[in-house]
Amino acid sequence: MSGGSTPYASRQGQLKQESSIFERGGHGRVGYSLPALDVPAVDAVDAWGAELVRQQVAGFPEVSEVDVVRHFTRISQHNYGIDLGLHPLGSCTMKYNPKLHEQVARFRGFTAAHPYMPEAASQGALELMWRLERILSEITGLPYLSMQPAAGAQGELTGIMMIAAYHNKRGERRQKVLIPDSAHGTNPATASLCGFEPVEIPSTERGTIDLDALRRAMDDDTAALMLTNPNTLGLFEEHIDEIADIVHAAGGLMYCDGANLNAILGKTRPGDFGADVFHINMHKTFTTPHGGGGPGCGPVALSEKLEPFRPRPVVVKEEDGSYRFDDDRPDSMGKIHGFYGNFAMMVRGYAYIRAHGARGLRQIADDAVLAANYIKERLKAEYELPHDRHCMHEVVLSDRRQKEHGVSAMDICKRLMDYGFHPPTVYFPLVVSGALMIEPTETVSLQEIDGFVEAMLAIAREARDDAELVKGAPHTTYHRRLDETLAARHPILRWEPRSDEVSEPEST
Amino acid sequence: MDDEMKKGAVTDRNDTGGGGRYLSLGKSDREAMLAAVGVADVEELFAAIPPASRFEGSLGLEAAMSEIELVDHLEELAAGNAADRRVLSFLGAGCNPHFVPSHVDALIQRQEFLTAYTPYQPELGQGTLQAIFEFQSLVCMLTGMDVCNASVYDGASAVAEAVLMARRLARRGGRVLLSEGLHPAYEAVARTYARYVDDIQFEVLPLDEHGRTIVGQIDDEVIAIVLQQPNFFGIVEDLRVAGEQSAAAGAKLVVNTTEAVAFGLALPPAEAGADIVVGELQSFGNGMNFGGPLVGFMACRDGDKRNLPGRLAGRTVDVDGQEGYVLTLSTREQHIRRARATSNICTNEALCALAACIHMCSLGRNGIADLARTNLAKATYARQALADRGMPVVYDGPHFNEFAVRVGGDAAELVDRCLANGVVPGVALGRFDAARADQLLVCVTEVHSKQAIDRMADVVAEAVA
Repeated sequence: MSGGSTPYASRQGQLKQESSIFERGGHGRVGYSLPALDVPAVDAVDAWGAELVRQQVAGFPEVSEVDVVRHFTRISQHNYGIDLGLHPLGSCTMKYNPKLHEQVARFRGFTAAHPYMPEAASQGALELMWRLERILSEITGLPYLSMQPAAGAQGELTGIMMIAAYHNKRGERRQKVLIPDSAHGTNPATASLCGFEPVEIPSTERGTIDLDALRRAMDDDTAALMLTNPNTLGLFEEHIDEIADIVHAAGGLMYCDGANLNAILGKTRPGDFGADVFHINMHKTFTTPHGGGGPGCGPVALSEKLEPFRPRPVVVKEEDGSYRFDDDRPDSMGKIHGFYGNFAMMVRGYAYIRAHGARGLRQIADDAVLAANYIKERLKAEYELPHDRHCMHEVVLSDRRQKEHGVSAMDICKRLMDYGFHPPTVYFPLVVSGALMIEPTETVSLQEIDGFVEAMLAIAREARDDAELVKGAPHTTYHRRLDETLAARHPILRWEPRSDEVSEPEST
Repeated sequence: MDDEMKKGAVTDRNDTGGGGRYLSLGKSDREAMLAAVGVADVEELFAAIPPASRFEGSLGLEAAMSEIELVDHLEELAAGNAADRRVLSFLGAGCNPHFVPSHVDALIQRQEFLTAYTPYQPELGQGTLQAIFEFQSLVCMLTGMDVCNASVYDGASAVAEAVLMARRLARRGGRVLLSEGLHPAYEAVARTYARYVDDIQFEVLPLDEHGRTIVGQIDDEVIAIVLQQPNFFGIVEDLRVAGEQSAAAGAKLVVNTTEAVAFGLALPPAEAGADIVVGELQSFGNGMNFGGPLVGFMACRDGDKRNLPGRLAGRTVDVDGQEGYVLTLSTREQHIRRARATSNICTNEALCALAACIHMCSLGRNGIADLARTNLAKATYARQALADRGMPVVYDGPHFNEFAVRVGGDAAELVDRCLANGVVPGVALGRFDAARADQLLVCVTEVHSKQAIDRMADVVAEAVA
């Protein structure tokens, strides 16, 4: 089958090393313009006193706009991005980011909207937030939303804090939060931040939560179970109804991590399978651009019993059709963001959901799950498949067979770059040794999938026949394997003038 | 709901009335893939969902919208905000009205930056990594600190994380003194983050009549003092007093900023003895966006870097000895350290940090000082213009680009009256503190012409009268 033979990620020859911006300046160059001052100038030394005024911001470059544009354009070319090709990163849902979103999010009515503008003059923003809340409520099957968390991990924090507030209000100070061993690292980190003791629950051979272990651990000192469903092995928790019953029967609440929502859009709803809180990664499921690491947007959907504890303020719709913030929330867990959350990301997520409608969302889940299962079927002959049954939107393989030839999951990842693909998520979940976690999403064509599969199969052959080739990869990227140990042992975390360079020119 | 949809929507053609254009599989692809997987119907792949938990109906959402309809719809929503030229606004308070040069936004829209994943695979993310490294360097230069992280959500969570970091550094709990000049929303977020940390007690340090924090003498039960520069009321603090006191008591001085442009002129906090400098960089290269996304940052001394939350980019070499960058010191982070991580943060604000980085580079050594001087001059003029019309400042200490005035009545009502005349003169402070209901916080920057300031002052004077 076709595709995948063009090494998009491998562009050696077109690129040059780009020195740091701090080495590109020239005394007297400017990269900005300001209007002529139309009010009297004020000397900071007179206004503040000389002791509070600095001479200059030493080290800042002196560059023209042209220098800046060339510098950042050049370094950008050392990045791989979604528009170039597949990012099969398990648990990350790296799907296409529509261009429309970048346009609509930049309407001046949004970008110049101020969070403290009187509500009467902020009705558009409030209406968008309210509409998005209602939509996410329908998708999750949970009645209320908080849009405030800035990313998934902050959504987790919000969710667990609401759970803590709920128990406290009932006069209980439960100490434990149960977390399956396949969970994301953010789960135990969040539980600790809220003062809970994270207790690990093992997975069974089938890759789902061990019900007996859960029963043993669940008691009246347990505040919640933090469950990712579908889980990080790409498997739906078949006994979800029973899990929810066990947790609820002991007075605990079900926190559901929504990292994998893409698989279940319109198929099942967290509120219907017993979740009390569910965070949504807007930047995954509803495709706000990843931006090299953010910004995200991590709204939290919640059940009726947690409603009083929502972060303040909340958006309400009045009978006359107008919208306002309600900040009079005595039981609220407090504020989690300086303002109302990552609004510009909400605009993008809203546009995406409105483009799809109910039927489109279901199609997303169908296609994402079909693509993952297709990859699983085509790769299982060469790669160890720890759980050989239908997966959801991602499949987790292991490097066990390649390890026999000394080739690790990381080597496979690096070699994939030579074939023009971003590698999958690696060494996660921790419950699978040498895990390769592959999530294609619905925005990858069959040609691209086949190209990826062919590359993976070729690498499996190479691991047998020429292991050194794989272990030395990547060979064709501009930078070859980078020394992470050196970076950690001798951290260089900021630019400083190199010793052979002259000191910086004095500025006025 | 039609039968085709129930079956999994293997229709002849993807929906052309909405998001179908984003789907990459067509009918023939799906058929071939189902055959390869060995199932007749895609529903079989969802068999693990127990019947009781299945959602059988159709989600109650409005119909899919085409691109044409969506643009119209969102234009309409955007027009529901008075954020265009119809309104002259002097709102700031940590979400500040600065000009964003065109090239900043053009560069961050390059797909290589916009759509890239977190650079855990450094060979494919050198662009992002080098930009983060330069961002970290610029913030170190601006604050005088040794190490800066790759960003956190916003200034508010940065303050909260700084309090928790100070507790880790102290290896014990204790009292945390928050200046009354700290942004009230930041204080609220810090209290939220620390709610379940039983051994932290917050106390508030009041302001003197000039608007500066009264630090006084502190004892050794204090683990951190948190000040803001310039403070919430726009006053330039003399951080050196807090620096001396915190050093003497063995506490950490945390300095927050919601207006980093001030550091084009203001003494770097490190020189006043700050141990941790945090805050918000939205003023550089980022729009206001109804309050998010923002650009929180955290900077510290070299010796404390292993307690810093968030990602860090570091310089290294590849196997050929070629210089490059990686994410480093990851053992602080949740994906390695899990329950014992310095923070639960994962995703940060990388693209917003990139915009801030590009804007700071473009301003450069001269521009950042010029920009700060312009802001200072405009705000000084506006302060005088309001004083001339009978609205005195609340605090007479030195200010930067923001100041609080008394309007002699309810400020929120005044704002509403001014809005009717197309002017929003500032933030009515009663929303944070009922005792300040007659106070207005006015932010004046390079975007405000003398003419605009005069008009604002006139409209306010008229509304007061």
